[in-house]
Amino acid sequence: MLQAAGLHCERGGRALFRGLSFEVGGGTLLRIAGANGSGKTSLLRLLCGLLEPTQGEVRWKGEPIGRLREEYSRELVHIGHAAGLKDELSAAENLGFTCALAGVAASDAQIHDALARVGLAEKKPIRQLSQGQRRRAALARLALSGQVPLWLLDEPFAALDALAIAEVQKLIAEHAGRGGAVVFTTHQDPGLAGARVIEL
Amino acid sequence: MLAAARAIVCRDLLVAMRRRSDVALALLFFVIVVSLFPLGVGADPALLHAIGPGVIWVAALLSSMLALGRLFEADHADGTLEQLALGVAPLGVVVVAKAAAHWLLSGLPLVLIAPLLALQYDLPPMLYGVLVLSLLLGTPVLSLVGAIGAALTLGLRGAGVLLALLVLPLFVPVLVLGAGAVEMAAAGLGAEAQLLLLAALLVAAAALAPWAIAAALRISLE
Repeated sequence: MLQAAGLHCERGGRALFRGLSFEVGGGTLLRIAGANGSGKTSLLRLLCGLLEPTQGEVRWKGEPIGRLREEYSRELVHIGHAAGLKDELSAAENLGFTCALAGVAASDAQIHDALARVGLAEKKPIRQLSQGQRRRAALARLALSGQVPLWLLDEPFAALDALAIAEVQKLIAEHAGRGGAVVFTTHQDPGLAGARVIEL
Repeated sequence: MLAAARAIVCRDLLVAMRRRSDVALALLFFVIVVSLFPLGVGADPALLHAIGPGVIWVAALLSSMLALGRLFEADHADGTLEQLALGVAPLGVVVVAKAAAHWLLSGLPLVLIAPLLALQYDLPPMLYGVLVLSLLLGTPVLSLVGAIGAALTLGLRGAGVLLALLVLPLFVPVLVLGAGAVEMAAAGLGAEAQLLLLAALLVAAAALAPWAIAAALRISLE
């Protein structure tokens, strides 16, 4: 499904990686590992099209993603370093907005269930939540994105407690079981069975 | 696509309603600037008639500038701008929705309050219609053109000053036509030419600015 062909990435005049090629098929988990500053986040941004590679290209189902644009966006979920949440809105309002933007139909009940799944039943504005709760609110989107084939997750386990980590691992494993592809970055091995690893 | 655009406008309005001080700030700035001039130049009716339209338009322009810095900055800081860029709606549509929300929050209140402030300049009531119409046509252009500058300066150090230097010269035609429309009407001449040109500017900005804003945002997001 997803193919990276000869990716070169330079940031601030420094080469982060060169000639990186790999493929991610349906039902595959790919973990991108590496030290701080090794280019994990940049690689994920390249894969979702937020960043242009210095050389090489990213293809989705054989087509360069630059040509597909919104068609590709419809087929991916990207959760980056920043939570992508508005401080003034509640977790449910943020999730509803994110779904509308991603073209995912979600009823109030589904949104409530998704938040409950990550252990978040708070109606408080996001600014009153802890860092870990914010991360949970962002990751709740995964519970509503089962039909989206590609998940790109940047440090999905950061700031989470053990219970939340287990729930996110379950969500990821379920997605792979459905035939979806998940590419995620982590410093440490999260213990997801069957995950391929690329070390930057 | 339209559902996504509607969601963006609703979200921005909801966020603004929960952070009312930001909206009130630009409006208060407009009210204060317009009110300072009669106090500074004296109560000569002829002078006030002459400078009124220009002062109201310059204040509207500066007030619109004040709110421009926040157009993409907050979304950039909290990561929602990336989600907007990766949404199912083309970025051109997304930025139109953002500019529309910006106008509803910073342009429309100025249009509505302008006749009240024009009382301080003793402008004849027959000019209020032209003043409101010129602002109604001109302030969306300020939002659209200003958004290009806001996107270009996103994340830069000293972005506020740079934004003003980039955008203020581009606002000049709107200012000349907007203030000119009211002055023409005050002189008993028709304001149709200025208003039609303002409408043409609005159509041109609506057609071209979204693509320029989207291209600038893509560069800033890298």
